[in-house]
Amino acid sequence: MSFAWPWQYSFPPFFTLQPNGETRQKQLSAWCALALAYSRRHRLPAMTVREAQDSPLFANRRLQRKLPLESIQVVLEELRKNGNLEWLDKNKTSFLIMWRRPEEWGKLIYQWVSKNGLTNSVFTLYELASGDDTENEEFHGLDETMLLRALQALQQEHKAEIITLDDGRGVKFF
Amino acid sequence: MDRFAWTSGLLELGETLVVQQRGVRLCDGEEKVKFDSGVLLLSTHRLIWRDQKNHECCIAIPLSQIVFIEEQAAGIGKSAKIVVHLHPASSNKEPGPFQSSKYSYIKLSFKEHGQIEFYRRLSEEMTQRRWENMPAGQTIQVNKDPRAGRIRAVGIVGIERKLEEKRKETDKNISEAKEMVELSKSIANKIKEKQGDITEDETIRFKSYLLSMGIANPVTRETYGSGTHYHMQLAKQLAGILQTPLEERGGIMSLTEVYCLVNRARGLELLSPEDLVNACKMLESLKLPLRLRIFDSGVMVIELQSHNEEEMVASALETVSEKGSLTADEFAKLVGMSVLLAKERLLLAEKMGHLCRDDSVEGLRFYPNLFLTQS
Repeated sequence: MSFAWPWQYSFPPFFTLQPNGETRQKQLSAWCALALAYSRRHRLPAMTVREAQDSPLFANRRLQRKLPLESIQVVLEELRKNGNLEWLDKNKTSFLIMWRRPEEWGKLIYQWVSKNGLTNSVFTLYELASGDDTENEEFHGLDETMLLRALQALQQEHKAEIITLDDGRGVKFF
Repeated sequence: MDRFAWTSGLLELGETLVVQQRGVRLCDGEEKVKFDSGVLLLSTHRLIWRDQKNHECCIAIPLSQIVFIEEQAAGIGKSAKIVVHLHPASSNKEPGPFQSSKYSYIKLSFKEHGQIEFYRRLSEEMTQRRWENMPAGQTIQVNKDPRAGRIRAVGIVGIERKLEEKRKETDKNISEAKEMVELSKSIANKIKEKQGDITEDETIRFKSYLLSMGIANPVTRETYGSGTHYHMQLAKQLAGILQTPLEERGGIMSLTEVYCLVNRARGLELLSPEDLVNACKMLESLKLPLRLRIFDSGVMVIELQSHNEEEMVASALETVSEKGSLTADEFAKLVGMSVLLAKERLLLAEKMGHLCRDDSVEGLRFYPNLFLTQS
């Protein structure tokens, strides 16, 4: 199924950062929603800002409009403020868009754990993300990077602990 | 010529420059003297002559020395002159170029014209005798005379005069720079402290003094508090002149359009941009049927009181919606407005949230603000 672009994507002003405050807020919300939907659909891996500039996400070839660099940075900052983006380096050249925040993943995982009475159990990361038991769960197939961040969030809440096992890493739930 | 004394040419405290003229020769009675080419300055207190070639050479005579003045028309090969009859020199006069003279009058010869204006101004000063109210050299006193003098910076000539004054004073001031800077700072502070209390007369005199020292406008806030009677009159005049043109142009005109229109009508006595702006600032407070409006971009316009730009915005939105999107140029053509005002209207519509912009290499276009209207 092809990606459903929102109406804003065909609206030229969408690619100019609006000076009017109220208008800009609406515009940025739309950009954030689009970025998250796009990243989810295309399973976007970590990206550099350079790559972002050329991505169809920010450059509509048909419309002949692209969001300028400074504006892209405003959108990325907005995503970061909402908890949906993480910079991977100090110089802010690469980033990861998390269409679902790590805390939200963690919540889903913990819900499954407690629903099935699996607290105090230990799992390998593989079992969690790719095991038969989790096949119907939303977090099934989650890539390791995101899975780790989700578990780290749970760790912060003292609901889990990431441990080292013989052949990799695992997690214990409380 | 023995009534003249050497001077630095700097104006004293309380002394204001009234008018000046280049190309003036001094004559001792009927005889020519070496002062053949200079700038003649008339202040509220003195007549000052400075050599154009040698700025160090500067002489002055107090106006109180003058008994009466006469005009002498120009002739073939002869410049127009003013004959100035003088009282005998006082015994405590400062040293000057001449110890004695057999004449009791001098002649001012205007080789580069300007005699008529100068004569008029000199006569005025002789009538008003302002030097009696404001002894120069002392601390500033309030002038109760309602007919306050001022420098009319009229049009280009006014600007040229100011520049000339500044340049010459700067030459003289180089050696006394430090002293002058201190003095000007203290005056500027006095102005600041007296903000709100200071009368129009005092403000003008302060400004004139600083101008004579080569400092432009010391008072940075431009509220109509600094307006003068002249500007008030001018404002009323403008209201009369502009009513019809405004109505013909949809109730709004840019200030540059107004400037051109008004000066074209006035012909000779041109209005300086500063005077126009200062007069316009008073329009609203004088309850005249027009007002000055300054947009965010800094563009200044005159509007009829009855004109409502915000309402015009609603119709602008309709026009843009009909066409899908418009640039300022396209909008101006459609509506029959100047591009400058068309752009301001579109910007106002954007500010009010009715339009949004598309800024690309193709130019700046305005669209209806679907961000707010479309969910």
